[in-house]
Amino acid sequence: MIMRREILPLSIFLAFAVLPLLGNFGSDAFILSIVTRVMIFAIAAVSLDLILGYGALVSFGHAAFLGIGAYAVGILSAHGIREAAIQIPAALIVSALFALLTGAISLRTKGIYFIMITLAFGQMAYFFAVSLAAYGGDDGMTLPGRSLFFGYDIAQSERAFYFLVFACLIAVYAACRMIVTSRFGRVIRGARENPQRMEAIGFSLFAYQLTIYVIAGTLCGLAGFLLANQTQFVSPAYMTWQRSGELIVMVLLGGLGSLNGAILGAAAFLLLEEGLSHFTEYWKLYFGPFLVLVVLFARGGLMGGFKRLTGTGDGR
Amino acid sequence: MSLTLLYVQTLNGLQLGVLLFLIAAGLTLVFGVMDFVNLAHGVQYMIGAYLAAMFTALTGNFFFGLALALPSALLFGLLLEFFIFRHLYARDHLDQVLATFGIILTLNQAVKVIWGAAPLSVPIPEIFSGSVVLMPGLLYPVWRLVIIASGLAIALLLGILVTKTRIGMLVRAGATNAPMVSALGVDIGRLFMIVFGFGAMLAGFAGAMVAPILSVEPGMGDNLLILTFVVIVIGGIGSIRGAFIAALMVGLVDTLGRSFGPSILRAFLDPAAAAQTGRALAPMLIYILMAAVLFFRPAGLFPAKK
Amino acid sequence: MTVPMLELRHIRKNFGALNVTDDVSLTIPRHELHAMIGPNGAGKTTLIHQISGLLPSNSGTLLLNGEDITALDLPQRARKGIVRSFQITSILPHFSTLENVALAVQARSGSSFRFFGRADREAVLNDAALAALTEVGLQDRANLRAGLLSHGEKRQLELAIALAAQPSVLLLDEPLAGTGPEESAVLTDLLRRLKGRLTIVLIEHDMEAVFSLADRISVLVYGKIIATDTPQAIRDNPEVRTAYLGEETA
Repeated sequence: MIMRREILPLSIFLAFAVLPLLGNFGSDAFILSIVTRVMIFAIAAVSLDLILGYGALVSFGHAAFLGIGAYAVGILSAHGIREAAIQIPAALIVSALFALLTGAISLRTKGIYFIMITLAFGQMAYFFAVSLAAYGGDDGMTLPGRSLFFGYDIAQSERAFYFLVFACLIAVYAACRMIVTSRFGRVIRGARENPQRMEAIGFSLFAYQLTIYVIAGTLCGLAGFLLANQTQFVSPAYMTWQRSGELIVMVLLGGLGSLNGAILGAAAFLLLEEGLSHFTEYWKLYFGPFLVLVVLFARGGLMGGFKRLTGTGDGR
Repeated sequence: MSLTLLYVQTLNGLQLGVLLFLIAAGLTLVFGVMDFVNLAHGVQYMIGAYLAAMFTALTGNFFFGLALALPSALLFGLLLEFFIFRHLYARDHLDQVLATFGIILTLNQAVKVIWGAAPLSVPIPEIFSGSVVLMPGLLYPVWRLVIIASGLAIALLLGILVTKTRIGMLVRAGATNAPMVSALGVDIGRLFMIVFGFGAMLAGFAGAMVAPILSVEPGMGDNLLILTFVVIVIGGIGSIRGAFIAALMVGLVDTLGRSFGPSILRAFLDPAAAAQTGRALAPMLIYILMAAVLFFRPAGLFPAKK
Repeated sequence: MTVPMLELRHIRKNFGALNVTDDVSLTIPRHELHAMIGPNGAGKTTLIHQISGLLPSNSGTLLLNGEDITALDLPQRARKGIVRSFQITSILPHFSTLENVALAVQARSGSSFRFFGRADREAVLNDAALAALTEVGLQDRANLRAGLLSHGEKRQLELAIALAAQPSVLLLDEPLAGTGPEESAVLTDLLRRLKGRLTIVLIEHDMEAVFSLADRISVLVYGKIIATDTPQAIRDNPEVRTAYLGEETA
């Protein structure tokens, strides 16, 4: 049973590991760059899965953290600080503070109100970025290059950057896996199933939920750091509410509360987007109805299908 | 001079507020009565605008266009309800978010395919074109006044409908306690359909009315949708009265904040810093307002549910 | 003089004009099994909600072991030792039976802000959980998903969860509700074994169980306590007979 559960994540990571080694990517960096993008969004989706899937808190403002991480790179670079050892802590700390502040207010509300207030905070971050005239305002800004790692320009090579992102994904995945099975994670999972029961045995859930919200936001800030580095461009478009919606779509498409699903969902979403847009300019015309059909007829997303195929249990 | 500007901007804020109310009125009931998260309400507004543009072009008259657009918007809303939404009422919020997000993607793209990506424009009806002098030195476009007046009229009508008629009472009861209403033997499915169709038509009406002053383009409902959410949450989900007050609040705060924020800040900061901070702060004002309201009243100003 | 375990002073809850519980005062000494009876709608469950902190009271004071706990909420009171069961079974259906109980142990054993190490492999938690399961006779079901238990077993599980939370006061809201005769006998037996070890407030409609278990009984009618006394005295109290027992036993 235990082995069976580990087959899926192992094969996902194996696929990511061998991909750059296959074939001749020297000429075709295109695929490498798409898969890098997939892994970056997988980090964001995994972090969102912590609150959406495990915490059962429907946050509609998660893209704000993507933007905060990206702007940490952009703003520091604009002032000549290109050192990742400074940029990454800045990205994480600002993300954590934003999560702490907005989470403390949002978590006072429930249900539709929670969805709406997280959406509003996301919009606040978006408009704040738009107003940053010194950093490109609406148009965003182009970075002078990728971040330096202890002074070395190692991320400039697409392949090196690929493996950097890969390492981040593994680290984030492992951290999240550990969190959800820990004492803390068990409280979060229990609250998802029956909050009243959890309170009746003495857990004050607000503190736990705020903590998971901050963790998720911080990890997504890391994804933002990577995204800015990949595109070497930072703009408010990273934190539109549509982007938050897309992150939710990724998690749901893959299947909630399994972490593996979030990675698969990010891959499915971005590859579908890429694939469909090759055939038609109007790819959303096909993708939109696809989403509706997934909701109506294929509950549990890709992980649901995987579980039905292999007969594995809850995916925890 | 500055006072004239204040009047003009207040009227603009009022006009935005009325517009928001028209969209929010239906949506707050959909949220409240059905506990249904409908992100696709903004596209109803867009569809209304497109239908008005199309029928106006076909008939050559805005009012004929409006008369045709309204039932079409209603029909479109009912079709969406019949084929998709009614299968989602019993689902959790997340499923509803995903499906209605899919609908937004589809319809934003579909209008592009049908009517093209370029914005359409609709002429202001002849008799309401031009401006009128409201006060010495205060010139205001007639059509905007028409929008304000028709919005206020509809708000009044809705108020009467909700408080004085049987169906209105059922809707109010539904927002407070839906299981109770269905226990009373009311066909809750029919009630939902009526509320939904009506909401779709109101949003469509809003879209049609602003078609002559805004450009009709794909995705035009997206940002307005978010403002509508802010209105609904501030007003309290399920409350028409709350939606009305919150809509005017949001419309005024947003409009006045953008035009006067920098000059007010100038009292505290040097001009350059004031302009900078003002520009940054103004678009965030309504979200700050919303966060503040929810901080003190987590269920909005006029919560329908007890 | 000894401090009572639980003391209610003029507790009241109203929904609008309706007083669901009305000026309830009650003193429960340590280790007493105190039963609460009364017709449906008398306010028994509301009173349990108020004692456990699920519903805030409109007025009145609540003392636990002499300490004023009126201002505390549900989880805070649980940590002080007031643990409750629910009228409608409340468990975590997708967790194993053992984990349901282990979570309650976890709540009382060290911090739960631990992010490392698998919680389901902590021997300290699992051993205590298994002990509680054994106490209620569910040890064979430890690894079964809780949602798959029979109704009676779920009631037993809920008791095990409550016991694992190390209560000083146990509030039981109709623990026998919906159980068959055999399950009911098992649970009654269990309550008898708990009697004298804990302070227990019991709401139950099964009069046979109530009169055989309780040290004292309070009769609640329309939100007011009309009598508090030993089972025998309650049985003989004419006011109680007309107000309550008369209707039910007739």
